[in-house]
Amino acid sequence: MSKGDKVVVLDFWASPFCARVKIALEEKGVDHVDNEEDIFGKKSELLLKSNPIHQKVPVLLHNDKPVLESSIIVSYIDHVWSSNSLLPDNAYDLAKATFWADFIDKKVFETGRSIWASNGEEREVGTRDFIEVLKHLEEALGEKKYFGGDAFGYVDIIAIPHSAWFLAYETLGGFKIEDHSPKISAWIKRCLQRDSVKNVLPDPEKVYQFVLHFRKMSGLE
Amino acid sequence: MADQVILLDFWPSPFGMRLRIALAEKGIEFEYREEDLRNKSPLLLQMNPIHKKIPVLVHNGKPICESLIAVQYIDEVWNHKSPLLPSDPYQRSQARFWADYVDKKIYDAGRNIWTKKGEEQEAAKKEFIDALKLLEQELGDKTYFGGDKLGFVDVALIPFYTWFKGYETFGNFIVEKECPKFIAWAKRCMQIESVSKSLPDQEKVYEFIVDIRKKIGIE
Repeated sequence: MSKGDKVVVLDFWASPFCARVKIALEEKGVDHVDNEEDIFGKKSELLLKSNPIHQKVPVLLHNDKPVLESSIIVSYIDHVWSSNSLLPDNAYDLAKATFWADFIDKKVFETGRSIWASNGEEREVGTRDFIEVLKHLEEALGEKKYFGGDAFGYVDIIAIPHSAWFLAYETLGGFKIEDHSPKISAWIKRCLQRDSVKNVLPDPEKVYQFVLHFRKMSGLE
Repeated sequence: MADQVILLDFWPSPFGMRLRIALAEKGIEFEYREEDLRNKSPLLLQMNPIHKKIPVLVHNGKPICESLIAVQYIDEVWNHKSPLLPSDPYQRSQARFWADYVDKKIYDAGRNIWTKKGEEQEAAKKEFIDALKLLEQELGDKTYFGGDKLGFVDVALIPFYTWFKGYETFGNFIVEKECPKFIAWAKRCMQIESVSKSLPDQEKVYEFIVDIRKKIGIE
């Protein structure tokens, strides 16, 4: 793409969904400006105009045209900056990759939330559900280096940002992911060695403090 | 070597209908297998162990799950005719956004119309109508969401039209009064052969809903 591209990400530092977009852009070597949104306070005019329907981050603005929904954005990035492909070539592998992205979308953050946004028995159920979700991902990963095989790709990008929240889940839920899903644990460490991931993901300790603060504000403490 | 294509489905499912339309648009011969959702077949449980849901497309023994993913798969593999998704990356992302919007809004709001009562039902009706109005806006002056031809969003959305008699009867409203452009679009889609031959009658779906309501004990 031409050097004249203007790429802006409407962002929130703790959001795994925003991290997906930033990692994808980093992987492609695309220059971008990240605009931090005050998502619990006052959302910017630009955000409300770019995503009037859901009013959520992330939004990718490519030459001022908005692209919405993180999984769709990562796909879009892969199509536009097409060197160093993130998505598989053949239709069946593409369908499998999209299936796992969809599963991660539907399950990981929600079951994680049921750990940190609840107490007592609800939290215990949430913890069990989350561990179950990770087991499915562990099976999908198998003996592979990354979800797509030898190369870091689409499903890895969709999944890895959630790991920044795992310290919070582990601490509040009283468990260690390594004990239940050692392959996922190893995969996380592998991904964290990549510059794109290292440079984008927030410190899990910061995320944990953010979660504690949110719990206090929501009257859960 | 002939392709073996099997569709594991349930006749009133709008999600299954999406695949029926996509396969018909592409002129693909397939074996339709009706699932009893209270007694799921070993093949379904084997092909979709995670969600255990229909529809599942089985292509030469390999499963593709989740209806929008399967429609995209069909579009990629049988790309000789009737492209459903645009090739331009931006337009493609727009089409996927709107199909995702349909997934997030229409089924749940629709379901709440025929399962709930009182305030909850009124809220569901409002949500449903608001969603249709937004879709009308997106459609604009186009013949179809895909432009001149049926596209990805049309295929994602038109199956819910078969449930309208149910929504309208139990919700006590007429969609055409609120969203005439939407109904005009739906009628245009129903004139396309691949759509009309793939979809059940509104009357049949309505009887199915009446039956389900009795079974789950709604009034």
